[in-house]
Formats: sequence, C-alpha cells, structure tokens
Amino acid sequence: MTLNIENPAAKTDGSRQTLLMVSTRKGAWFYYGDSARQTWRTDGPHFLGHIINHLLLDPRDGRTLLAAAKTGHLGPTIFRSTDFGRTWQEAAKPPAFATVADGSGGRAVDHTFWLTPGHADEPDVWYAGTSPQGLFRSEDGGVSWAPFSCINDDPQYRRWMGSVQDGTPDGPKLHSIIVDPRDAAHLYLAMSGGGVHESADGGRTFAPLIEGLEVVEGFAPEDAMFHDPHCVRLSPSNPDRLYQQNHCGIYRLDRPADQWRRIGRSMPAAVGDIGFPMVVHPRDADVAWVFPMDGTSVWPRTSPDGKPAVYGTRDGGETWQRLDAGLPGSQAWWTVKRQAMTADSRDPVGLYFGTTSGELWMSRDEGRQWECIATHLPEIYAVETAELA
Amino acid sequence: MKVLIPSALRSYTERSEAEASGSTLAAVLADLDRLYPGIRFRMIDEQNRIRPHIRFFVNGEQARDLGQALEATDKLMIVQALSGG
Repeated sequence: MTLNIENPAAKTDGSRQTLLMVSTRKGAWFYYGDSARQTWRTDGPHFLGHIINHLLLDPRDGRTLLAAAKTGHLGPTIFRSTDFGRTWQEAAKPPAFATVADGSGGRAVDHTFWLTPGHADEPDVWYAGTSPQGLFRSEDGGVSWAPFSCINDDPQYRRWMGSVQDGTPDGPKLHSIIVDPRDAAHLYLAMSGGGVHESADGGRTFAPLIEGLEVVEGFAPEDAMFHDPHCVRLSPSNPDRLYQQNHCGIYRLDRPADQWRRIGRSMPAAVGDIGFPMVVHPRDADVAWVFPMDGTSVWPRTSPDGKPAVYGTRDGGETWQRLDAGLPGSQAWWTVKRQAMTADSRDPVGLYFGTTSGELWMSRDEGRQWECIATHLPEIYAVETAELA
Repeated sequence: MKVLIPSALRSYTERSEAEASGSTLAAVLADLDRLYPGIRFRMIDEQNRIRPHIRFFVNGEQARDLGQALEATDKLMIVQALSGG
C-alpha cells in the first residue's frame, strides 16, 4: 500500500538541519529545525489515527524512514519511506511469529514496539522488537521481516518473557535492541519483563546480563523473569559503557565487567530513581540524562509532585543535577515514555522529549533551559532526531 | 462477489466496494490480498485468527469461521468494530 501524504518533505537549503521524528498514539509528526534550532517547521500528521510506536531515519543512508504502525482495528505493520514521508510503502512481510499447526495457541504480533538499524557494515539490516515479545530481523531495508534468533521459541526465554498478562499495561515489550558499533555480531536487548540479554555471536545465542540489578522486593534477583529494564543505552563515545533506566533504579555497566551498579542511589530521595527514558551524551560517556517519575504506591507514572524535571549527570552517575528551568513549576502531571527522550549530536547537545500529554520540549544547551516546541499533540510515544546536511 | 470495505482499509482498495472470489471466507480474503497486497494481514493474524476488532458479515449474518462456505452471489461486509478513544 502507498499512502500519499499531502505535506511536502523538507526543502533543505544547504544548511544543517535537525529533524525531529515524533511518534504518537494518533500519528506521526516531523519537525524541521533551522540551523540554530530556534524555529521549527511542522510536517504532519502522517498516518493520522494510526498508533505509531516508533519512527526513525536510517543513519546509514540518511534517507530511509521506517515507521511501526497499527490502528485500533487493524493489525500491525511497518511503513517505509525514502522521500522523507512524501510517500510510504507498506512492508511486504511485516514482523509475524511463525504460524503453528493449531493456531489457537500461537502468538500473534500485536504491535512492533522498537526499531533498530543494523550495523554500518550491514546496510540493509534492521531489527524489531514486538509485543508480545519477539525479536525480528529484516535484511532488505525493512521490506520483509522474519523471526530472528533462538529466543522467540526457546523455552527458557519464553518463560522469562512471560505471557501477555505479565508485561506493561499494553503488553510486554522487547526493546532497547543495541548493535555494538565495533562488532555487528555483538548485540544487546531488553525485555519488559525478562531482563537484559547479550549475544556475542550475531544473535544465535543470548545470555542474561542482570548481575547487580535489583527486582521488586520479595522476588528472586537471579531469575530474569522478575527483571524489568525500562531503557538501555550504549554510550556512543565509549561502547563499553551501558546506562540503564530500570523499574528498580538507574544503573551503569562498564564492560567487560558484568555487574551493574545502581548509580541512581545518588538521586534526591524525594525524587527517586524510577523512570523510563535514558539518554547518553553523543561525545562524553560520563554525561547522561533521565526523566524521573513517581514510582511510589500505586505507580502514578506522573512527574514527582507534579513538578517535571530532567536530571543530568556529568560524572557517570556519581552526582545528579536537577534541570528544570523553563518547565512547569507545579501542577504538571505528565511524564515521558522510554522512547520519547533523545539527544542530537550538535555542540552543545540539544535534548528533546515528548510527554504523555502531547507536548514537545527541547533544550539547546544540554538541559539548562527548556522551551516548548509543540502542544496539543496526541500522547507521545517516541522522539528521535537526525541531522540533515 | 461484492465485498464492502470499511474506511480503515480503503487505503488499500481506494474504494468502498471490491470484487473478490472464493468458495470460503478464507479464499475470498486470500483473493482480496492478491488484489490488494497486505490487506489480509491487517484483518487476520499469523495464526489465522480474525483480529479482535474486525468482523465479517455475509448477507447480514456474522461469519466467525474462516472456513464458512460462500456463494458467488453472497455479499461480504467487512466491519471495523471498536469502542473507546
């Protein structure tokens, strides 16, 4: 299927532009910034009414967009564009589990939740994580997808993945698929729930990477099933360093060690270290940002005390600074989902997040000052950036 | 046979009615997919189950079984059924 989008794609004038790709519960929007990131041109909605869980530009070719879509009525699919959304083509074979002889017990993909471009040496490879949890791979730029690795059908992994009832409110999710930029065969992924896992052989096998991570009180931390990593990020400037926002705190791991360290202990006690997104500076592995939320009592999943703030560290998590200048000072009960906060590669780094209340915020000075780019969007699920030449 | 297409699927057919053939509901949907690639998977999952918010009506009666026999003179209506925001 080809969808013809009325809104034109970007017209570049030779200067560098920052592109924001915003995925929401009701469609996707693009925002094209000027070279100073002062003004933003809106392009959208794309796929109005579709649930877009993730949409991003392939950094390897700078022109292929993939969007993970479904609607309230229709099953999940992937759309692909090579003209910045002027036209979209549907995947010929979207991610789907293997059909079983008696379909009554077989799994069906409800939605593709996460998309990750493959290694630079594998220009047509993409990975996808789904709900119910499954790992899928495309070797033709997102046109056709197949189940990947042993984990989708491995009995141990099936147990760790749990059932539809064991995940987040709209289903368990396989996410944070990471390809080591030094080695296409070195992969990480995370499962909510089910823990963090690593492969050193291109996905033929995976093994848990959960040492040092805490779990909800009363459960066994040695069992991956009880782990809930919310977001795992690899430091672009030091691929041996991983950061993680977990259901039970903020962590750091410096490979080759396999023991996560809870760096969120140094967050203010009144704020805590629970949240969903995790963002790492593109050139300084000691600098990272989180967006804490209220994870107390019934888990309101709001900004703590109705006062939203980004917290940043510039020393690998030893200390954290509250970064809320420009954000509402009270009575703001939104929060930020795991894919909805990101950084550009400019200097100083621009930070961006989209809220559950449909606001798009940005900082062009690494979090010191915030301003709102857009309001009244649908609930924002993901925000990605790209630099356009 | 005549197939009535709901608005959610008209991006595939570009019209509210389509013509497809087959002796069962499954066969008609396979023919629709041949004519409009990708449309079947939006209605039927990989385990050949009708998706939760899709309904089929044959001559006004709901069809719940993909194996249901159809006649060329039947009229198939595809319905998007969902409540909520």
